[in-house]
Amino acid sequence: MQEILSTIDTGTIEWSRAQFALTAIYHWLFVPLTLGLAVIMGIMETCYYRTKDVFWRDVAKFWQRLFGINFAMGVATGIILEFEFGTNWSNYSWFVGDIFGAPLAIEGIVAFFMESTFVAVMFFGWKKVSAGFHLAATWLTGLGATISAWWILVANAWMQNPVGCEFNPDTMRNEMVSFADVALSPFAIDKFCHTVISAWIIGAVFTVAVSGWYLMKRREVPLAKVSLKIGAIVGIVASIGAALTGHHSAYSVAQVQPMKLAAMEALYNGGTDQSLTGIALINPFEQPDYANQEEPDLKIAAPYALSFLATNDLHGYVPGINDIIKGGYINAKGEVELSLDEKIERGKQAITALASYRQAKKDGADETSLASQLAIIKENMPYFGYGYIKSADQIVPFVPVNFYAFRVMVGMGCLLILFFAVILFFVYRKDITRAPKWLYLSAIVMVPLSYIASESGWLVAEFGRQPWTIQDMLPTWVSVSNLQSSSVMITFFIFLALFTTLLVVELSILFKQIKKGPEYEQV
Amino acid sequence: MQHRSFIYRVYDLYRDGFRHMRLGKTLWLIVLVKLFVIFVVLKLFFFPNFIGQHAKEGEEDAFVATQLLERE
Repeated sequence: MQEILSTIDTGTIEWSRAQFALTAIYHWLFVPLTLGLAVIMGIMETCYYRTKDVFWRDVAKFWQRLFGINFAMGVATGIILEFEFGTNWSNYSWFVGDIFGAPLAIEGIVAFFMESTFVAVMFFGWKKVSAGFHLAATWLTGLGATISAWWILVANAWMQNPVGCEFNPDTMRNEMVSFADVALSPFAIDKFCHTVISAWIIGAVFTVAVSGWYLMKRREVPLAKVSLKIGAIVGIVASIGAALTGHHSAYSVAQVQPMKLAAMEALYNGGTDQSLTGIALINPFEQPDYANQEEPDLKIAAPYALSFLATNDLHGYVPGINDIIKGGYINAKGEVELSLDEKIERGKQAITALASYRQAKKDGADETSLASQLAIIKENMPYFGYGYIKSADQIVPFVPVNFYAFRVMVGMGCLLILFFAVILFFVYRKDITRAPKWLYLSAIVMVPLSYIASESGWLVAEFGRQPWTIQDMLPTWVSVSNLQSSSVMITFFIFLALFTTLLVVELSILFKQIKKGPEYEQV
Repeated sequence: MQHRSFIYRVYDLYRDGFRHMRLGKTLWLIVLVKLFVIFVVLKLFFFPNFIGQHAKEGEEDAFVATQLLERE
């Protein structure tokens, strides 16, 4: 690795990646709770609107207060990611051009105007606007946050599946040729559905946990009882929804990022009728010897399940890591997949043609000569990033992280379905206010576990696309700015301190408000 | 200003809302401190526009081309 990165400090790449991961992981602590609690408080207020019972208004206000704390702590933490693009990832940032700019600009405008307007009505407007308008404002606050998430996920999906764009060698930027292709790509839709639904689970788990804590302490029983019931219903619906959208996401990944799927599955050698690995023994600290090993040790698998997951056909063909390197199979587009060597060759042609084009333009060459170079660039641009690849190892993501993170996410998802089912059993068949203490405790334990599941999903998504910042077009070591690693390292620790402080402050305010409980207004 | 006008009602919503805030005051203070740290301290001192610093205005493409074409 050191040898191939002769012009860039490896520390800069690793610290820039670590810093981005740290920022994104912390940012994702706040976002899912905002999206999830938005649904919960919307349902609570809808109950108030329908019944006109002030009890429901107090319940809604209580959850809105907790939503407000999380919202305030999380606001603007995502902006730091954009700072990092401009400083640490400047080549990438320039290269993506307006593809990234447009969704992020829309996100900023929507977030600012929609959320700031309706959040104000929601918190300040209880006695100022009609009940119907207030209810609309509450739901629109959540909708605004969800629309924001849409644009961020569109930008992320484009990196994983760059569509609707054309590279302009004069500006060195990708330009959007189809807004619809970018904003409504199937990959983006799958990502949005899976991510937002998984966020609802976090909101539901949080609601159930807070309610469970009240029931354990034998206080706020009426509020806890209804909140726990609504939380569990939202939770089980969202958990099943996450499983279904997860299937779609896996299918999308198989279509456009087969190497990510192979890494998630530790599938070294693929084929038809592939089984889905339940568990296998993989050293978590080192890359397996995928080139020489047939399959991981002690593999226990569900027959045909991977083929079905990846192709919607029990007998479908799923390429393994070695198949992708060798090429020659029929890919999801129905075309013969190029080998890595062929892709490298085409990437080099794109890079050489780009250099020739820019030099020719500088020298005032004629249109015919420029057009021929342009044609080569256009034809080979989808493989541009492969021009920087020196060995097969570079295009294989770190298998252990993908393999275990995927299993943590799926395992936790199954556990959550079971958890919500048990809660609902107690709600409908027993007396939830007199449930055993372990049930309330398990609700509290599920909060960090559901976060681990959610963050694991992001680990799979982002580790799995390595080495690409833009799939097949730009690897990390080309995307990164030529900075001193020490400067990135310093800001890494600044962020660590800043975000940890924010988290501690949020948790202390949240716990204080939960201990304080709801404020019941006298009628 | 007409007290029933839309603009006055919006103004009144915010004025009354901010006046009667309790927990909100603490949250606003945290938000303002955070925004100051993010936009003033971090952005100004730690997160300059890398290309803006290294390329003349209008020549950013040439700078990025050099970076991309010469990197291995």
